[in-house]
Amino acid sequence: MSFNIALVPRREISLVRQMLTPFLALVVALLIGGLIVWLMGRSPVKAFDVFLREPLTDPWALQEVLLKSTPLMLISIGLIFCFRANRWNIGAEGQFLLGGILGGGVAIATHGMAGPWILPLMMLAGALGGMLYAAIPAVLRNRFGISEILTSLMLVYVAELLLDYLVRGPWRDPKGFNFPQSVPFSDAAQLQPLFEGGRLHAGFVLALLAVLVAILVFRRSLFGFAVKASGEAPRAANFAGFNEMRITLVVFLISGALAGLAGMIEVSGQVGQLRPGFGQGLGFTAIIVAFLGRLSPVGAMLSSFVIAVLLIGAESAQVSLKLPFDLTRFFMGMLLITVLAGESLNRYRLEFRREAA
Amino acid sequence: MGPERIRLAGITKAFGALKANDHVDLTLHAGEIHALLGENGAGKSTLMKILYGLLRPDSGEIRINGQRVTLPSPRAARAQGIGMVFQHFSLFEDFTALENIAIPLDGRTADATLRAEVEAKARHFGLAIALDRPVHTLSAGERQRIEILRALMQEPQVLILDEPTSVLTPDEAEALFATLETLAAEGAGILFISHKLEEVRRLCSRATILRGGKVVAETDPRAVSAADLAALMVGEGVLDLRPVAEHALGEPLLELHGLSVATEGVHGVTLRDIDLTVRAGEVVAIAGVAGNGQSELYAAMSGEGGRVLSGEIRIAGQDVTRRDINARRMLGAAFVPEARLGQATLPQGPLSENVILSWHATGSLGRWLLDTVRTGAVARKVIERFDVRTPSPDPQAAQLSGGNLQKYVVGREIERQPRLMIVDQPSWGVDARAATHIRQTLLDLAASGAAVLVISQDLDEAMAMADRIAVMHGGHLSAARPVPALSRAEIGLLMVQGENAARGAA
Repeated sequence: MSFNIALVPRREISLVRQMLTPFLALVVALLIGGLIVWLMGRSPVKAFDVFLREPLTDPWALQEVLLKSTPLMLISIGLIFCFRANRWNIGAEGQFLLGGILGGGVAIATHGMAGPWILPLMMLAGALGGMLYAAIPAVLRNRFGISEILTSLMLVYVAELLLDYLVRGPWRDPKGFNFPQSVPFSDAAQLQPLFEGGRLHAGFVLALLAVLVAILVFRRSLFGFAVKASGEAPRAANFAGFNEMRITLVVFLISGALAGLAGMIEVSGQVGQLRPGFGQGLGFTAIIVAFLGRLSPVGAMLSSFVIAVLLIGAESAQVSLKLPFDLTRFFMGMLLITVLAGESLNRYRLEFRREAA
Repeated sequence: MGPERIRLAGITKAFGALKANDHVDLTLHAGEIHALLGENGAGKSTLMKILYGLLRPDSGEIRINGQRVTLPSPRAARAQGIGMVFQHFSLFEDFTALENIAIPLDGRTADATLRAEVEAKARHFGLAIALDRPVHTLSAGERQRIEILRALMQEPQVLILDEPTSVLTPDEAEALFATLETLAAEGAGILFISHKLEEVRRLCSRATILRGGKVVAETDPRAVSAADLAALMVGEGVLDLRPVAEHALGEPLLELHGLSVATEGVHGVTLRDIDLTVRAGEVVAIAGVAGNGQSELYAAMSGEGGRVLSGEIRIAGQDVTRRDINARRMLGAAFVPEARLGQATLPQGPLSENVILSWHATGSLGRWLLDTVRTGAVARKVIERFDVRTPSPDPQAAQLSGGNLQKYVVGREIERQPRLMIVDQPSWGVDARAATHIRQTLLDLAASGAAVLVISQDLDEAMAMADRIAVMHGGHLSAARPVPALSRAEIGLLMVQGENAARGAA
């Protein structure tokens, strides 16, 4: 006798079940995370307090959460376009960096100047930078049939090296004591706080706007339908006359533009200059965000907040509990696994079978 | 009759609320060729899957050679001497015939010993087969012979065949029947699933007829007429097509002139020098054995695929050779592709959303933002007008049965009021009632002045519907000839040999 487990498709999936799944997944991930913390000899209760309660109750920390969620939201909204169309843009990190580089380039070129035109120009340059960078894997796929997974990923490293070169070479701050960084941006090139004394800037509003537009596009527009059709059933999209190559290009352009804009917002609103490593892997984290949000714009918005809370909590946990940052990465991975597992158990039920050998 | 091989008693299997098998009894003796008849959805496939260990019954018992058994897997069924030939072949395209035969045989490889055994078996049962050719170069009939040989290698006492003749030419079917008769004469029991009544009457000595999951009759098919058998299957008399009123033919709406098309896939068929004209008010059918270029021709006509090497396609007088599918729709053309799910519809999309696929270019659904009120209204109208049975007001396409989904797809296109309708396999895998409904709808469409082109593997369907029939063979299309002047034998010859050879033989 041997046993095996089969996944049997469910005929109907109740709405309540679908709504509850992400929360249940979060609870399961928290329990596992707590167990690990306990095994490391720390108090799980204290860890939850630092990881979850503080970022959500402390006003300063809450603002940091919203700031951290801004690039995640923008990038993941863009990625949803690609992933829904079943195109695999893994290189949002590179597009994010290019957006920062081109947006920052405008700030460096206009250094010392003032005027309300500088920020919009930087945004334009940032979006354009990400867009053109994302166009490369799309064109390679369309023209030569090269897998966009590989090309978009490899271009991340090219972008990192480009940034390294620029801040160590032509764009290095002459008065920066030889540190690899650009000049600090002028005030006119920095996103200013929305409130007196706060840190939250207009980038967050843009991110919310992106969510709203994405909701509209996927709920009501022909383009959103074409993207979905192309991802779910390419032959049906072909039957509808939706051009496959054009969809590939457009979803990459949208995704690149949003990642580029996020990059510009990060250097202008948070960092205030170009320096290596400003990407912080946010372009990769946004992939997790998009899938945690089940590829829906609202879901991506919510999961941006959740991941931002974890990232902010991780920073203080490092200081106050001496918990390693890798624990946060582990936890994000755990969360993704529980969400995907929950998703699978929604669609299929487990059936244990006995089989005569 | 020989000893009893299989006895099924009270087999019941439910999927949710649907009872696919409801206390089914069936007995199969050695040396018997037993037909299992029924419409699609009558429960034939479920019963066969239970017998082959793919499904477990909720209740009832299975006896093989008098012994009560449980069949938890196909492996267990094979161990009990049950072999099965599926309707859809499970062969590796790039492997040779011999390699494909070796795969399911535990511990065997495609070596000289196996070759000798297979060749002996093939000779004994009259199965001509080229063992060293890769499967993708073989015809449907040859592929089926591999499947049968594969099953025979395990010395089955019972062989199940699921609609084996649906992909065969008349001659290939005759050869198959001879093989089956040999096998039965040597003591095997054969279960023959089909809905082709004439061949059941020709081949089988007993028939079990299923309707709605229940056995409605067990009879000797040779002793009753085909019409009586059909009545038992359908329940309330055979559904006939209603003849449409005489109507004059109008201008040509589809013209193919010297069309040659290169295919994109490795296993596709290249189309050579195709000429065809379909006029307003006319139904033309393209017959032929599957895989002779029909799919490629459909894709070229709709604009979904293929690279046109030479020649032209005209719709309503306009050259559309290099235009896309939506440009063709703008000229009044409508297309129903072969695959209902995943090509004609998004499986996970509701019916209202699926309206968008073929309507967005012509149906004024809104250029950027979609008019969801209108898509909903169109879907409701199609459901109502074409009698689409749905489990809820706006279900996902995948939730509909094959027949109802096909009615929806055909209805969705007719609702666009096309001048030219091109349908690839209008009733493939659709039950008799829905098939009749769809055929009638298309005839009525032609009577109202549209041009209708039907591509069908079902010769009965082609002959019942068409004013003229052309036959596809090896990527070439014969001249379309008026139906009354064309005999089944002539079509059969065209299907096997193509136009030139057939002309030479005549």
